[in-house]
Amino acid sequence: MSNKRINVDYLTRVEGEGALRIEIVEDRVGDVQLNIFEPPRFFEGFLRGRGYQETVDIVARICGICPVAYQMSAAHALEKALGITPPPDVRSLRRLLYLGEWIESHGLHVYMLHAPDFVGHESGISMAGDPELRPLIERGLRMKKIGNQLMTVIGGREIHPVSVCAGGFYRAPRPVELLALIAELAWGLEAAVETVRWASTLDYPNFEMAYDFVSISHPDEYPVNEGRLISSSGLDITMEEYEEHFVEEHVAHSNALHSRHAGPNGSYFVGPLARVNLNFEKLSPRARAVADEIGFAPPVNNPFKSLIARGLELVHSFEESLAIIADYREPRPSRAPEPAELRPGRGAHVTEAPRGMLYHRYEVDAGGLIDAAKIVAPTSQNLKRMEDDLWSFVPGVLSRSLEEATLSCEQLVRSYDPCISCATHFLKLEIVRP
Amino acid sequence: MSKSHKPTLAVYKFASCDGCQLSLLDCEDELLAIAGAVEIAYFAEARRQMLDGPYDITLVEGSVTTDEELERIREVRRQSRFLVAIGACAVAGGIQALRNWTDVNDYIDVVYARPEYIDTLDRSRPISDFVPVDFELRGCPISKSQLLELITALLIGRKPRVPAHSVCLSCKRQGTVCLMVAQGVPCLGPATQAGCGAICPAYNRGCYGCFGPHEALNPVSLGERFIELGQNRDQVARAFRSYNGYHPAFQAATRHFSEE
Repeated sequence: MSNKRINVDYLTRVEGEGALRIEIVEDRVGDVQLNIFEPPRFFEGFLRGRGYQETVDIVARICGICPVAYQMSAAHALEKALGITPPPDVRSLRRLLYLGEWIESHGLHVYMLHAPDFVGHESGISMAGDPELRPLIERGLRMKKIGNQLMTVIGGREIHPVSVCAGGFYRAPRPVELLALIAELAWGLEAAVETVRWASTLDYPNFEMAYDFVSISHPDEYPVNEGRLISSSGLDITMEEYEEHFVEEHVAHSNALHSRHAGPNGSYFVGPLARVNLNFEKLSPRARAVADEIGFAPPVNNPFKSLIARGLELVHSFEESLAIIADYREPRPSRAPEPAELRPGRGAHVTEAPRGMLYHRYEVDAGGLIDAAKIVAPTSQNLKRMEDDLWSFVPGVLSRSLEEATLSCEQLVRSYDPCISCATHFLKLEIVRP
Repeated sequence: MSKSHKPTLAVYKFASCDGCQLSLLDCEDELLAIAGAVEIAYFAEARRQMLDGPYDITLVEGSVTTDEELERIREVRRQSRFLVAIGACAVAGGIQALRNWTDVNDYIDVVYARPEYIDTLDRSRPISDFVPVDFELRGCPISKSQLLELITALLIGRKPRVPAHSVCLSCKRQGTVCLMVAQGVPCLGPATQAGCGAICPAYNRGCYGCFGPHEALNPVSLGERFIELGQNRDQVARAFRSYNGYHPAFQAATRHFSEE
């Protein structure tokens, strides 16, 4: 009974391919490995020699779930490198596009990927077969669809949108196209509030850690595209200083690189729970009101409650989307002109992908071609944190059956909404038992 | 053993961004109806349940880039009655096939500090290079309506209707003014298969070839026109060498413009 092994050969309901392996020796955790077998795709390699505008389209292909995140980090970093200033009204339209992606991604994760763990189902599809749970899935799909509609109107399509470029948008939507979405967005706002209320009734494992949360912070708004990088341990730096404070390391069991603080205590936590904890007062009024109503008071240190944080961000995203559309002015022109004279340059930027901070840094040559690229995905940054969590979490579930223990570990990993496709540049759960 | 007598559907992933299989989950209005009409037997991104094959319909996303994937696609083929390659990665090797023109070891050094931990093949190649493929859906990403057409057609036993004409015809049908004629913007539409809905020209930019070459393209003539419009040969070569760059027709075009 003392030596055990928990193995999840193929983590499901996550984006991409990974496994989990946990070894228990003499009733202690001997090893934890999130094994990323998603094959490497070498984006940073083949971006070299590509044009800067091509780069905005190519990096979207790192992830079909959060292509806008990649386009946003790239566009901002390249604008810095090339000295391009987008027209002023581009800013809020970029936010609106990004909020559409948050809605789609959080809607998918909350209802289709994470909820089944809390209600004893193997999937959202099986939940839909249960008359009591089907309305939840229908609600989640409708919310998700609204996010996709926002992205489609602004970006041309929801997966790998075509309108984003360094400098702004190839085309900005006319006001009437956005106004057509208002009724559904208003429904979505109420559905998101109900999502948080429902989420507050779920049974969360009693597990808390002393996390170092990290996110963007902006003086006037909830973090999306702009601001400084802050942490619960007091970090406060510019985006350009990212690589001085965070390092990536390559471990043997993974095709993903693991990120850690340059300091001794390594792991940190990015994503919705980090954003909500560090920027609670910047959430929209309805999001704060429903958080108060359910007693969600930051800092919340239970990673499973990331589900509630996603719910709060859904409320925020719908509410702010409605506000942006109400004030929308079509950017004219929709983008800055291409620079008349190109000069070599370097630019680094961080934006908040649905799963957390996404860092891009580019060096561009005098012909506008990429000389060097560095991309750090949110899941890479959370990998070490997930493994550290499992070291602490597993002893508490050892008394359970292998099946229950395995499910609990998977549930914990899913709390982070790992996107393995992104992190591979990244996952296999095995808990090793005899 | 299947729990029901419904046809079974499997979704497999190889090297890819997940976007094409996400297209199935993005069919929000139809997803539950699909789940009613077929047994979704294997779909790791969406469900924990994994039913054993054989499967009636298998959707394969992604390209083959490792020895493990090479073994796995052969097993997936053995387990599949009707195997459909979905998306530019599965059909043509995808954007990660850009490695095919360099020494992949150079890239490993760029991306990974400990190259000895990485196992990869030197090329990213389409599914059809390794096993027979019964149907292909183009696109980066695929079109949701083509995916629904495919599933519907297979369920009722007819051939899926997927257009083979160029993006140009889609623009004409939609009333989108030709960007290349009117504004002199280079556009891959004349060489690219329709299916996306000709989004890029409608969004005021040239097509960049997500759906790959259509069956009667003349890429050299098109590339020469790009040069008349002010592009250099390297730009033209890069235009063909992207999401479907490893497709033989686009490879030939790239080769033409890469040579002096």
